[in-house]
Amino acid sequence: MSLDKATVQKIAYLARIEVREDELEPLAKELSGILHWVEQLAEVDTDGVPPMTSVSAEMALPMRADVVTDGGYAELVLQNGPETTNGFFLVPKVVE
Amino acid sequence: MSDLTHLTIADAEKGLDRGDFTSVELTKAHLAAMAKHKDLNAYITETPDQALAMAEQSDKRRAGKQAGLLEGIPLAIKDLFCTEGVQTTAGSHILEGFKPPYESTVTANLWKQGAVMLGKVNLDEFAMGSSNMTSYYGAVKNPWKRSGDAKDLVPGGSSGGSAAAVSACIAMGATGTDTGGSIRQPAAFCGIVGIKPTYGRCSRFGIVAFASSLDQAGPMTRTVKDAAIMLKAMAGHDPKDSTSTPGPTPDFTKAVGQSIKGLRVGVPKEYKPDGLSSEIMAAWDKGLAWLKEAGAEVVEVSLPHTKYALATYYIVAPAEASSNLARYDGVRFGLRVPGNSLDEMYMKTRAEGFGREVRRRILIGTYVLSAGYYDAYYAKAQKLRTLIAGDFKQAFQKADVLLTPTAPTPAFAIGENLDDPITMYLNDVFTIPTSLAGLPGLSLPAGLSSDGLPLGLQLIGRPFDEEAVFKAAAVMEQAAMFKRWEAC
Repeated sequence: MSLDKATVQKIAYLARIEVREDELEPLAKELSGILHWVEQLAEVDTDGVPPMTSVSAEMALPMRADVVTDGGYAELVLQNGPETTNGFFLVPKVVE
Repeated sequence: MSDLTHLTIADAEKGLDRGDFTSVELTKAHLAAMAKHKDLNAYITETPDQALAMAEQSDKRRAGKQAGLLEGIPLAIKDLFCTEGVQTTAGSHILEGFKPPYESTVTANLWKQGAVMLGKVNLDEFAMGSSNMTSYYGAVKNPWKRSGDAKDLVPGGSSGGSAAAVSACIAMGATGTDTGGSIRQPAAFCGIVGIKPTYGRCSRFGIVAFASSLDQAGPMTRTVKDAAIMLKAMAGHDPKDSTSTPGPTPDFTKAVGQSIKGLRVGVPKEYKPDGLSSEIMAAWDKGLAWLKEAGAEVVEVSLPHTKYALATYYIVAPAEASSNLARYDGVRFGLRVPGNSLDEMYMKTRAEGFGREVRRRILIGTYVLSAGYYDAYYAKAQKLRTLIAGDFKQAFQKADVLLTPTAPTPAFAIGENLDDPITMYLNDVFTIPTSLAGLPGLSLPAGLSSDGLPLGLQLIGRPFDEEAVFKAAAVMEQAAMFKRWEAC
C-alpha cells in the first residue's frame, strides 16, 4: 500500500501529531517504504492459524479480589501536571 | 586488583564481606570514574548524593549482618525505569522533567537487595532504536574503538547507556530492557553480558511501556555470574503486573559452573543469511567448538519462519507503541505546548515532544490498527507470531539451547545507517524472533573482530529455562577469555 499525502495527514490526526505541510510528502514516501516491506507477510499462508494474543498463554492469569488496594494520592498524581488547579488538571476550554 | 571499578559484582561482594573496602568507597570510586568518562554521555541524570546515602545505609546493614544479594553494589538504571523522585525521561523530550511519584518493581527489588543507584542512563527515545542515536539527550559513545581509528562508534541500542556504562566500568552492572534486542545487541556491541529473560520473569510495573507484549527487563553486566546474581534480584512475581509469572524464581547462580555434558545445542540453519560476515561466522563456529569440547552435542534445527520475523515485529511493536504512547498528551506529565483547542494542544505537544523515529513508529502503528487495515496488517502479524513461536517449540524438541550470533555486524560509527530505517532495523534480525516468542536470550562476548571490536553470541533457551542458558554461557565465557576490562 502506498500512502498519499492525504492519508498521512489523516493518520497523523488520528495519532494527534501535527505534521508540517512540507513534511507530508517525504513522510508518505518513508512510511510507504516500510509498509511495502512488511507486506511480504502476505506470501505466507496463515489460513487456520490462530493469532497469538498472549505471550503467557500457557500461564494461568492470577486472580485477585476486586477491591481497592491503593489510592488517595491526588497531590502526587497532580505534581507532574504542566497546569493544575484545585486538585484538577487544566486543559484548554472544551465546552463553549 | 587495585581499581575497585574493575571488580566483578561477585568479587566486590567478597571484598565488602571481608571488609577490604566499604560500599561508600566502592561508590566513590565509581562516581570518580563517571566524572572521567563524561564524554561517553552514558548518564542522563547522575545521582551522587543519593548514591552515597544509599551506600552509607548499605554499610550499616552489612555491619548488622543483614546483607542482601547486591548489598552495596553501585548500579546504573536505564532511564526507562521509574525511580521515585528522580527524573525519568525515556530518552524523550516529552518526558523531560518528569519525576515519578513511585518506584518500578524491578528497581525496588534491586534496592531491597542492597544495591546503590549511581544514576539514570541514556537510551534510544522510548527504547526505539539500535544505536542510541535517537535519544533526545544526545548519542552515547561506545567505549570501544576500532584499532587505529579514532572514529566514535555507537554502543548499540536501545540500552546503549547501560552497555557503555558497564563496559567502561562506570557502573558494576546496569538494568536494561529488551523489546526486540535492546539488551542483547548493545551488550554485543560493547563486549559485555546481557540477558533478556523469559517474558514474564520480571515485572513490567513502572517501566515506561513501548510494546507491552514484548517488553522485558534484564541485567547487563561484565560476567555471566554477575548477570545471574542481578537477574535473581530483579525477577519475581508482582501483583501489579498480571503477566509476571507466579512461579518461583530459581537461584540462577547455581547454574553457573555446572557441567553441560549431554546438553543439546541447536544451530538454526536459517540464521546464516547471504552476506553474513565471515568473522561472525567464525566466532559462531568457535562458540560451538567450545561447547562441544565441554561435552555438549551440536544439532541442526530449523526455524522456517525466521525471514518473516522482522516484518512481523515492525507491525506488532509499532501497533502496541501507538497505543501505549497515546498517554503523552500534555495533560498529566511532561512537556506541554499551548494550543487554542484541546486537539491543537495535543497535536503541538506531540509534534514537539516526539523525535522522528518515535513519530514514524506511532504513525505506522496507527495505520496498521486503523479501520479497514487491521486484518491485513495487525491480525496477519499476530498469526505470523504464532508460526514463529511454533518454530521454536519444534526446535526445542531437538535441542536444549540454541546458539546464534547476536547481531549481524560489530558496532558501527555514529551517524551511519541513518538514511534508511529498514537498514537500521536489520540490526535486530537475530534477536527479534526470540522476543516475538517470549524466550530468554543471552548475549556474551565471544571474541574480537579483525579491527578489534567485540563480537557477541546469543544463547536462546526454552521458556523459563534461563538456567540452561546460564550454564552454557558460563562454559563459553571461560573458553573465550574475553578481556572485559579493555574498555575501562
